[in-house]
Formats: sequence, structure tokens, C-alpha cells
Amino acid sequence: MRAVLRRFAERAERRLPALTRLRQPEPLPIELGRRRIYILPTAFGLGFGVLLLVMLVGALNYANNAALPLTCMLGSAAAASMLLAFRALDGLCLRSIRAGHAIAGEPLELVLDFAASRPREAVRLDCAGESLAFALQGSAELRLRLATTRRGWQPLPRLRLWSTWPLGLFRAWSWLHPQHSVLVWPRPESAGPPPLLPGDARERLRPQAGEELAALRDYRRGDAPRHIAWKASARHHDLLVKDFERPEPRETWHLDWHALRTLDREARIARLARWLGEAEAQGRRYSLQLPNERIDVGSGPSHYARCMSALAVLP
Amino acid sequence: MTSTATTTLDARSFDLVALGLVAVLALHAPHLPWWLSATLAPILCLRWWQRRHRRARTPVWLKLPLLAALLLAIVSWYGSLFGQAPGAALAVGLLVMKLLETESVRDARVGMSFACFTLMAALLFDQSLTATTTVALGLLPPLAALRSLEPGRRPPAAWWRELLPGLGLLAAALPLALLAFLLLPRLNSPLWGAPNTGEQRTGLSDRMTPAGFTQLLVDDSPALRVSFDGPPPPPGQRYFRAFVMSHYDGSSWTYRDVANQPPVPVEAGQTIRYHVSLEPTRQRVLPTLDVPLAAPPGANLRRDRVVIADKPVDSLRDYTLDSAIRYRLEPQLGQRSARWLQLPAGFNPRTLALGRSWRARYGNDDDAIVQAALALFHDGGFRYTLTPAPLGRDAMDDFLFDTHEGFCEHYSSAFTVLMRAAGIPARVVTGYQGGYWNAMGHYLLVRNSDAHAWGEVWLAGRGWVRVDPTAAVRPQRISLGAAAAVPGQLPWYQSGWLQSLRNHWDIVNRWWNLSVNGFDALRQRGLLKPFGIREADTSKLVLLLAIGCALCMAAGLAWVWRRREPEDAARAALRQLERKLARLGVARRPGEGPRDYLQRAAHALPAQRDRLTELMHRYLELRYARPGPTTESLRALRRAVRDFPVVRMVK
Repeated sequence: MRAVLRRFAERAERRLPALTRLRQPEPLPIELGRRRIYILPTAFGLGFGVLLLVMLVGALNYANNAALPLTCMLGSAAAASMLLAFRALDGLCLRSIRAGHAIAGEPLELVLDFAASRPREAVRLDCAGESLAFALQGSAELRLRLATTRRGWQPLPRLRLWSTWPLGLFRAWSWLHPQHSVLVWPRPESAGPPPLLPGDARERLRPQAGEELAALRDYRRGDAPRHIAWKASARHHDLLVKDFERPEPRETWHLDWHALRTLDREARIARLARWLGEAEAQGRRYSLQLPNERIDVGSGPSHYARCMSALAVLP
Repeated sequence: MTSTATTTLDARSFDLVALGLVAVLALHAPHLPWWLSATLAPILCLRWWQRRHRRARTPVWLKLPLLAALLLAIVSWYGSLFGQAPGAALAVGLLVMKLLETESVRDARVGMSFACFTLMAALLFDQSLTATTTVALGLLPPLAALRSLEPGRRPPAAWWRELLPGLGLLAAALPLALLAFLLLPRLNSPLWGAPNTGEQRTGLSDRMTPAGFTQLLVDDSPALRVSFDGPPPPPGQRYFRAFVMSHYDGSSWTYRDVANQPPVPVEAGQTIRYHVSLEPTRQRVLPTLDVPLAAPPGANLRRDRVVIADKPVDSLRDYTLDSAIRYRLEPQLGQRSARWLQLPAGFNPRTLALGRSWRARYGNDDDAIVQAALALFHDGGFRYTLTPAPLGRDAMDDFLFDTHEGFCEHYSSAFTVLMRAAGIPARVVTGYQGGYWNAMGHYLLVRNSDAHAWGEVWLAGRGWVRVDPTAAVRPQRISLGAAAAVPGQLPWYQSGWLQSLRNHWDIVNRWWNLSVNGFDALRQRGLLKPFGIREADTSKLVLLLAIGCALCMAAGLAWVWRRREPEDAARAALRQLERKLARLGVARRPGEGPRDYLQRAAHALPAQRDRLTELMHRYLELRYARPGPTTESLRALRRAVRDFPVVRMVK
């Protein structure tokens, strides 16, 4: 049954894009207006309508002039709740979308920024199987988690804003199809060799003699507890800390697309992504050479993001 | 979406659902059997406590037996599950049972919509203004509960604030509701059976036993409302006849309804015209002031001028009558006098002996015998009370010679038996006496507690003469009404200032009865007479209703579609300036920017060139120079616009 309905809906979408407004992605901001808000009674609303009808016929049949106006009043209130459902959405504006970073296969956090001049209650947002209910006064930021599968630009799915406010009798809804894509980073391979480095670099990376204990010095705030020389400290007034020879700065990695000739395209990307992650985690400086782009040596989150994004958009 | 229906209820929603059920129970309590209300109320409270404080569900082994017990109790009490009263009891009971299994949003929705339905059903039993208003207020908790089921709302801190939006919604719905009430075509005949008449109301019955009225005399619901053309009769004359009872079987008097006999003749001295609005009695008799001259439409005048309607009075009934208040009723008794002398054999020997002894003492002077009886009641140590001692087989003997206490039924019955024993044709008449004259509304309110019984004797040359033996015992009963006759014996709400307040309040009930409850198919057809439509038939009503609904919907849509832009102060000032300039002949063209426009205006109005240039600079600076306009520059712009002169220059 459900499958049939869904197929029917898809068909209707294809045939009547103007009616269902499902097709065209629009630029932000998107403001909901009366031309794009649809209202239908819910199943509960239909049941309540039948009940109202029974009450009406009963009141008329028994010529009960006390129940008749009250039934009419309840009916008009139900009808008025349709207008309120519309008002819950009307004028609501999706101002901006901010996307976080995620590697393929992990959910990506989206921040949707809604605004409205009037306060709203009980508005709901459906997005790719996830549903949120929110109230809004002035503006509200909604956090959604979007499932990702593969690297690259991923268009946002359709969003549905809907509300059954205030009595649950009518559902007003509107489709939003923002012209907005999010970039999904490639998934690093889980294990593999370290990058191949030039010979002299390898030489210098060997552990140096003299990386032994050099001296004892006074404790400074921020020193790791395991570096404290407890025995020596016991004989002194202050804490003493073992001072090591400062290690050489870690080797700069020059990661090169062309150095991985043996692998296929996606495997190369996955390996480069892993190396980027390791380099960032070890605090190294690194550069990235891609077929059509070169990113110079650097480090830090923004450098990492730039490199990963460059990997993500590779054809 | 399907998942939201099975979400469990939060505490606030559950509270509101329980409150809705409390409203239903409270509104139905007056006509439910007391034991049912007394059982359902604790169940409701316990269940609320259980879920709120124990967060527990009700086990099935408890729910099923409770349900079975409910069904069994209703069937054994009413004899059936169908009909108005058992149906209402069943609905209320089932709703309370529903609370036992209310856990999810869907349960709450079902429960609350049926609560609305059951609330409306309460109006089948009472249609007064108070009941209607209470039911309307009773709709608020269900509406609030439905509203509280929506996720993502901002619940107010105080629970009673939840009720206010529902009030607003109902108030907004009022215009359309009134329109629909006026224009919805009424059914000429019911689609299915009228509300069942099995339910016994306390009211006058065609049988009178001593102490049978006691129920009635403490029931102070309105029985009829009467308005008179001309001044009302004085309190001592306000006797409303219902039944004329001729047959006595030793314990009760009965009225024998015989159709197809012409009413007895009456010579009317003074007549009065009046309008009665009779509350539903489920009986056919229509009470009349004294002796009616003719029957209203839909009713018949029986032999003894008792008015019997063709159908039981199941809804409010209005009728207009002419009655004689000075009259000679049945001047010639003819052949049928034996009927008015009938007495059961072997009952009340001492009473009969007393009657006969009076005849022997006073000879043919019937009047003297009547006076002797009244003197006996007045001086014989009789007491008026609503709680008399019970009487034995020879009821009248016990009353006259032993207990000496009773109320109108006892006195009228004893009096009539005495008269018949003395050979004077006599009968018992029941009806209402007295009532409260509402001076503001110019009508007489007669309550069920004003029910009364008195005697009539036939005297040669005078016809049937009313004799009220109760008046001999306690004159206040006649002059001041039932409440004054038995101080301290009536419920608290029937005495003192409260009763007087209720009497005054009754004018509202009367207005409600006349304008709302009395609005039937007939009145509806005449609804459009002021607009020149003689007969508003169904198609016209439906058309009007459709137009009205469309107008209401249009008004609603206009309200909904209206967009209020936050008004920009600088732009408002510019608009004011535009209006001023337009009056001077320089209107802003569509698509013309403020700078171009003001420069053009400065050209066109050379006298104001400096002012306009300054205004333009101020505006442009406000608009574009700074991110947020300062209040003082805004104020300066406003002031400059306000001071801009519009006096047309003389050329």
C-alpha cells in the first residue's frame, strides 16, 4: 500500500512539477507564502469531521437548540484551526544553511537558520527521514544530521516544513528545495603505508643519540606530570622537571598525487586523505600536489580543510 | 508522522485530558445515577494519581472487569443500553475507562473528540442558558488537550493558561456559529425517534395519592411561564388547573380521560387572555388559568374543560388562551351528579359519619356545610407540613381524627370526601397555584414546587365553586407561595434571598427559552420577513448559509493573508512628505527614487527649494550613510517633514 502511494506520488511529481513544486531548486532565502503552502485534513481531522456531522444531525433531529449552536461553534473553530495551521507556516523564512564537514559515510551536520516576524509554535521539519519539531521567536537555528555516502558535492534533499497546529485537524505543509550543496570529504583508507620520503629526510628522521635526559629544571605550569622527577624533587624545595633535548621538528610531508601511480583513482584519494589526517594529527607541516592544483606547505585546521576539499572535488 | 501518533503523552497533556473528563463527568452528574458518578469520580482521580505519581499503566486484569461491571450496572439499572439516559451513562463510563488506557497521543485524541461529543449529549437533558454556557466552557479542556498534543510548542508555565487559546478560538468561531444556527434548515420531522419518553420526570400526574406530591414540592425547576394581556390576576386568583379528578378508590384520586364529549357550558363573567410557555413535562395535559374558553391549536378541550394536547409535551410548548376568571361553570348539573358523589364502599367510616352528621345539622344549606368543613380545618388543630405521618387503610379517618397533619393533597382529599359524604357534588382539582411575578419581565414564573390541589363543590345556582381547604389551614400558602408555607422544611436553596435572586435570574432563562430554544422551523421561515422575503424555504436558507460561510471564510483569509511589514520610520516620514507634495501638485512617479523625486520637487517648488534639499540630504543620510539610523537624526527628519508647509503659494 505504502509503496503504491509512493509510486503514485513520484509519478504525480514528474507529471505536475508546477503543482507539487518539487522540482526547481531555489536560491536562499526561501520565504513561505500562500502560493506554496498546502493544507489537507489529517486522518484525525476527517474522523473529527464525521463526529461533528453526527452531532449536527443529532442536534437537528432532536431539535435541540442548545446543542446546535455549540456544534456549529465547534465546527467553525475546527475550520478556523485550518487558518491557524496556515498561519503557522506563512511568512516563515529559511535564511541560510551552514554545513559542517564530514567524511563520506558519516552524518554531516547542517544548521538551518529560520526566521519569522511573528512567533511560531509546533512547526516541524522533515528532511531525509529525520523529523524535528520546533518553536520559533524571531529566529531559530535547527541542527540536522544528513547521511552521506560518497565524496563530492551532494545536493541537499528536499525539506518539508509542516504543522498540524493548533488542534491536529489539518496539516499545512510546504516543500523547500534549497539550491544548496554540501561538500563531503573522501573517506580515508583504514590502514596503509606511510608516505615515501626522500632518502636524506629518512636519515634525519632516525632517532638521534642524545635524546636523553639533559637536565633538571624548575617546574613550570603546563608540564606533563610524567616528566616530573619525583626522586630529585623530594630532596629540593620545589618540584623539578626532567628536561629533554628538544626533538627535531617533524619532517614536512610533501604528498604527491603522482607518486601513487600504482593505485586506482579512489584508492589514491583515500590514501592521500589518510596521510592528510595523520599529518594533521601529528602536527606536521604538509603540502599536497594534485593533478591540476598545488596546495603549498601549511598546517592547521583550515589548511587541512582546504586539502580535503580539494581531494573531495577531484573528478 | 505515524510515529508522532504513538508518542507517549507528557504530564501536562495527561493532566488536560483528565481535566476534560472531569468536565464531562461534572456536566453529566446531575442526571447520572448517584452511584455511577460516585464510582467514576474516584476511578478518574486514582488513575490520574497513578500515572502522574507512579508512572504506571493500568493492567488488563483490572480494565476488563471494570468494563464488564460498567455494562452490567447500566443494563441492570436502566434495563437497556439504548436510549438517552443509558446511552449518556454508557458514554461517560466508557470515557472514564478510556482514561485507564490512555498512554499515547492517539488515545488522547480519540478520548478528547468523544469527550466533545459526550459534552453535547449533556444538552439533551438540560437546555437552559446556564447548561449551554457550562457545556461551552466544558469544551475548553478538550481543546486545550488537543492543542497540547502538538510537539514543538511553548507550553505556558501555568496550566490554566492552556485554556485561554481555546476560548479565543471559540470566540472567533462565534459569528459563523450564530449564522449557521439561524440559517441551518431545521428538519420538519425527526429522522428517527424523538428522545425517549421513558424517563420519568416529576410532574403533575393524572393520579393523586396523599403524599404523592412530596417529590414535586421540593422540585423548584420552572414549570411554566405566563404573561398576561393586561394586568396579572392577584396572587389569590392564580390557580392553574391541570386535572379534574372525579374517581376516588380509597387511596388515590384519578382523572379519567374521555374523548369526544363536548365541554360543559360555562357562563363567563370576566375573561383574561394570556400566553403560557410550558417546560417539557412528557405529559399531554396543558395547565390553564381557571376555566379556559377554547383549546389552543393541537389540543382538545375535554368535558370538564381540561386541555389535553394531541402529543406529549416533549419540548418547550407555547400556547395562548382565553380564560374566564369570574364564571358559572356547568350551571345545570343534569343527570350526571351521581359521578360527583361516588365514594368507595367500606372506607373511612368516621369521615362519612361526620359528613352525614353535618347534613343532618344544617339541612339543605350546602354553604353552611362547606363553612363547617373549613372551620374544622381552621380550628381543629391541623398543621401544614411537607413531611406528614404515614396514613393507614382508612387514610382520611387517620388524617382527620389522628395525625392532623399534611399538605394540600391531604386537605383537598379530605374535604372532597367530607362533601361527598354530606351529599354535595365535589371533586379534586390539581394544578399550580401562585408563582413569582417578575416585574422586570412582566411574566409569572410558576415552578413545579407551586403544584397544588384544591377542591371544587357544585352549589345550586353558582355551578362549580372553588374551595381551597389548604387556605383555611395556612393562608400564607395561597398568598405568599409554597416556600412561605413551610419555613425550614425546604432545601436551603429554596429559601430566603437566594430564592429571590433565582427568581430574578429567571428572566434570562425566559429570554433564552423564547429566543433560542423556541427558534423552530416555523420561526425560521419567518426569519427573513424584515428583508422582504415572506417565506424563507430550505433552498433560500441554504443559499444564504453558503454566502455567509463564504463571507466568513473570506474574512478569515483576509486576516490570514495580511502581512504586516515592520514599518520603517524613515520611510514613513518620506511617505508623509510625498503626500504633502502630492497636494502641492508634485506626485511621486512609479519607479522614481527618492533623490530624483525630491530634486524634481525642489525644481517645481522654488520657494521650498532649500527645505527640500535639506530634507533630501537628511533622508539619504539616514537611509544609506549609516548602518542603523540614530534616533535624534530620525526625530529631526520627522520634525522637518511635519513642519513642511502645504499652503499653496499664490502665484
